Amino acid sequence: MTLLLLENVTASYGKAQALFDVNLNLKEGELMALMGRNGMGKSTTVKVIMRMLRGTGNLLFEGRDIMGLPSHRVAQMGLGLVPEGRRCFRDLTVAENLSASARLGYWSLPRIFELFPRLGERQVQVADSLSGGEQQMLSIGRALMTNPRLLILDEATEGLAPIVRQEIWVAIGKLKAETGIAILLIDKSIKELREICDSATLIERGKTVWTGSMKSLDSQTLDRYVGVS
Amino acid sequence: MGAANSCTQTCGVFMSFALFAEQVLNGLQSGIMLFVMAAGLTLIFGVMGLINLAHGSLYMVGAFAAAAAAAWTGSFLLALVAALTGAALVGMFVEMLVIRRLYDRDHLDQVLATFALILIFSEGTRFFFGSFPLFLDVPKVIAGPINLPIGIEYPVYRLIIIGVGLCVALGLWLLISKTRLGVQIRAGKNDREMIAALGVNISALYTFVFAIGAGLAGLAGALVGAIQSVQVGMGEPVLILAFVVIVIGGIGSIKGAFIGAILVGLTDTLGGIFLPELFKLFMEGSIATSLGSALASMLIYILMAVILVCRPQGLFGVQG
Ligand SMILES: Nc1ncnc2c1ncn2[C@@H]1O[C@H](COP(=O)(O)OP(=O)(O)OP(=O)(O)O)[C@@H](O)[C@H]1O
Ligand SMILES: [Mg+2]
Repeated sequence: MTLLLLENVTASYGKAQALFDVNLNLKEGELMALMGRNGMGKSTTVKVIMRMLRGTGNLLFEGRDIMGLPSHRVAQMGLGLVPEGRRCFRDLTVAENLSASARLGYWSLPRIFELFPRLGERQVQVADSLSGGEQQMLSIGRALMTNPRLLILDEATEGLAPIVRQEIWVAIGKLKAETGIAILLIDKSIKELREICDSATLIERGKTVWTGSMKSLDSQTLDRYVGVS
Repeated sequence: MGAANSCTQTCGVFMSFALFAEQVLNGLQSGIMLFVMAAGLTLIFGVMGLINLAHGSLYMVGAFAAAAAAAWTGSFLLALVAALTGAALVGMFVEMLVIRRLYDRDHLDQVLATFALILIFSEGTRFFFGSFPLFLDVPKVIAGPINLPIGIEYPVYRLIIIGVGLCVALGLWLLISKTRLGVQIRAGKNDREMIAALGVNISALYTFVFAIGAGLAGLAGALVGAIQSVQVGMGEPVLILAFVVIVIGGIGSIKGAFIGAILVGLTDTLGGIFLPELFKLFMEGSIATSLGSALASMLIYILMAVILVCRPQGLFGVQG
């Protein structure tokens, strides 16, 4: 069953149009990679989905039109965002960051600390004083605490040491194996995306140019639209 | 003879000490009321980034609501409840009608728009209540003085004011640092777009914060209105002091507002009394009085300047 559907989505920053025709169909429990070169509109698509940026076209979550809803309503319906740049609440402690927007469900503080033991050791530490990797884990934990049906991860391994990236990938793998949550993934590491994702949507200059299962994504297409194979 | 002499001396010392203690209490009392006023101002400025000149109008609204409720019900307690809820409700409506359109605008627009609100509130109040001051009477049981140790006599009502202010301080501190709502408010201060994208209705939260600030300003207006008088324009002098307080304390900091308010209250009160006396020690009486009181009225601004030179972000402000 389709969880998230985008049809003919466009969006602009002021006069500069960034999205021209984005189409995306994400099923329940699916892990989808949203791929494309730098500046092609991946993060902009995420902003439109989260209603942080005005867009046009069809935007449906669980069959309901969410294009007119405010950001917080969309989140309450079950979209959890791990934004580009992490954006932890810097003056709040780890525990406060996690509980600020918590909603009842599977995910609770102990479960987050089980997934990311490093956070458990730093509950009263202020987010600003965490390392980049810890902030990334906090950002993921914070989104999970809202108990979303769909988790959106925008560059969750960017700028991290290889060992920390590995920890994040392991955590994502666990999410997939243990909870059946749907995930929309944006990342620069094509290798990991290919291993973990069920499907992919490729965008170029604000247009969806390819969509299908990850298995069927050939290296030619990948080379053409993402630049690596 | 010698014994009697030493007695008058000690009594004299006690007398002046009692006088001094009384002035300190006065300073505390006015400082704490200033805090109740400034708390909302600093929250609104710190959390929403809004300069609200109309905060003094909410102080006035509270005082008038109290005077009207007291005249109607005869109960001082109900008058205070009316001040708090009345000002909070007015604050809520003003936020939803006007203020929320100002958050994303620059400070000049905010100053202009909230200045317009001052005019509307002042003329509106004048229209309904007239220009003459109203009086809000403190109940007889708490109006009189009470004997404190070492011969200090102090009005019960003013002690109650200090107590109420301390409770407000404690309550606000608990709200901001211990409750989930407080966590969300602080999160919104860091990244408003992000807390909304996590499912928190940030505009409702802002309305709530504004209403709390407004309610507290109204409460302060009523409590002080009972000592002074209730009249149009009563809020603006306090507003200026409250801005001095939040600048000294560091914008957005409740703790800073508390310390800043007490500092300003004490400096203002003690300076006004003791500077002229101090000057009399080494100059002629009338010159000392006029020079002393002139300097006293500048004292809090001097205090502010000194603090800002040492700590540009204020005592408890965050740098940058
Ligand atoms: N706040 C903004 N204001 C104006 N233009 C913007 C803004 N954010 C992004 N853009 C533009 O919109 C286009 C798409 O940007 P977007 O951030 O969605 O790219 P992306 O695919 O996420 O890239 P990256 O891989 O670098 O994160 C780019 O041309 C970018 O310059
Ligand atoms: Mg991006």
